Amino acid sequence: MTGPPDDCLARNEWICGEYLSTRRQILLDAVLQHLQLTGISVLIGLVLAVPLAVLARRWRWSAGPVLAVTTILYTIPSLAMFSLLLPVYGLSASLVVAGLVLYSLTLLVRNILAGLRAVPEETRQAARGMGYGPIRLLLTVELPLAVPAAMAGLRVATVSAVSLVTVGAIVGFGGLGNLIYSGMNTYFKAQVLTASVLCVVIAVAADVLLLGIQRLLTPWTRAARS
Amino acid sequence: MTTLTDAWHSLTDPAHWPGDDGIGHRLVQHLVLTVVCLAVSCLIALPVALVLGHLGKGGALAVNISNAGRAIPTFAVLVLLLLTPVGNWGEGPTVVALVLFAVPPLLTNAYVGMREVDRDVVRAARGMGMTGRQMLFRVELPLALPIIMNGVRIAAVQLVATATIAALAGGGGLGRIITAGFNLASTPQVVAGAILVAVFALIVEGIFETAERLAPHWARSAR
Repeated sequence: MTGPPDDCLARNEWICGEYLSTRRQILLDAVLQHLQLTGISVLIGLVLAVPLAVLARRWRWSAGPVLAVTTILYTIPSLAMFSLLLPVYGLSASLVVAGLVLYSLTLLVRNILAGLRAVPEETRQAARGMGYGPIRLLLTVELPLAVPAAMAGLRVATVSAVSLVTVGAIVGFGGLGNLIYSGMNTYFKAQVLTASVLCVVIAVAADVLLLGIQRLLTPWTRAARS
Repeated sequence: MTTLTDAWHSLTDPAHWPGDDGIGHRLVQHLVLTVVCLAVSCLIALPVALVLGHLGKGGALAVNISNAGRAIPTFAVLVLLLLTPVGNWGEGPTVVALVLFAVPPLLTNAYVGMREVDRDVVRAARGMGMTGRQMLFRVELPLALPIIMNGVRIAAVQLVATATIAALAGGGGLGRIITAGFNLASTPQVVAGAILVAVFALIVEGIFETAERLAPHWARSAR
């Protein structure tokens, strides 16, 4: 009779190479789900946030209510937000995406609006003097100048979304959060630590990637500094 | 709509309020956790931030710690703490996680607030012969107060959210009503718990909003 294998899995150690090699597929699937949930949510948030911010800028009376609603949404804790959406979406990935969209939307609307407001009036007048119509002014002058502020918001929204996806484990769609949740119930230390570290790695990688994109999109900010 | 009315009945049913699993007990737990941890976090973060801000040192650390705090999932930290010896102290993991996530916004805001005090004012204070301690308490601290209070507000909202997630890792508080609802597959209970948590968070935010409006003119933030 052979005894149980005496490896780091059997000893339930925090750091375990054996875990990485034997559960590679599970980890990959979880990372993939994590990336999908984050990516889709932030993209939908961005698509909704740009027009909202532009409208709030055009009609000043709407800025107050828009900002008030976003503040209220952002104050609601993530677990409560997912729970409030349960009657609408049931136990589905859409529920997690919808919750995350609301959070990213909040951050993005605030930042894009701040960016649009920071466009100097002289710049706007110069563009008008050159014969720019309102649409062309918005698309080629105001929005590009708001990119740095918008990207700052996008980075915060993305990093927050990566971390909030884990709470989606409550409905079974939490990416790496699922592994943390099941690891908690079985006291599986290596799984909890590996999944947690991967979450942070994804967040940092996304942040660096977006910073790179921001640099590419706004070459003028670097030229001004050098 | 029926879910909402069921959730409302669940909230107003007097049988759901008393007892260890009752709404009353969970509400008190949530309140105590939030208030105690906010006080502890302020005691840890504010002195450090005020001294660093006064000396103008450690800025990179104070500012970046907030970004780092955002990248680390609350849920992961709660579970990691639960599996360490801290997990044996009952509410230990919740308290430690709450403090860990409340400290970064406090530290960052207090530091930034101290550094954004007009340098001319600080120089004038020094020119009047004020000592470092006098400058800190009579000039810099009062002028930095709006931004410091904004940090306290962010930390308080963060604490309410973290205390809710703590229920996923077995902690007490209002989140337990939600997790219990999920375990029972009872959507009305989940929604009822979520409404309680959301209202709790909005009341906390509202208290700070009111305090800011009632504050004397100089102590209001420029937001």
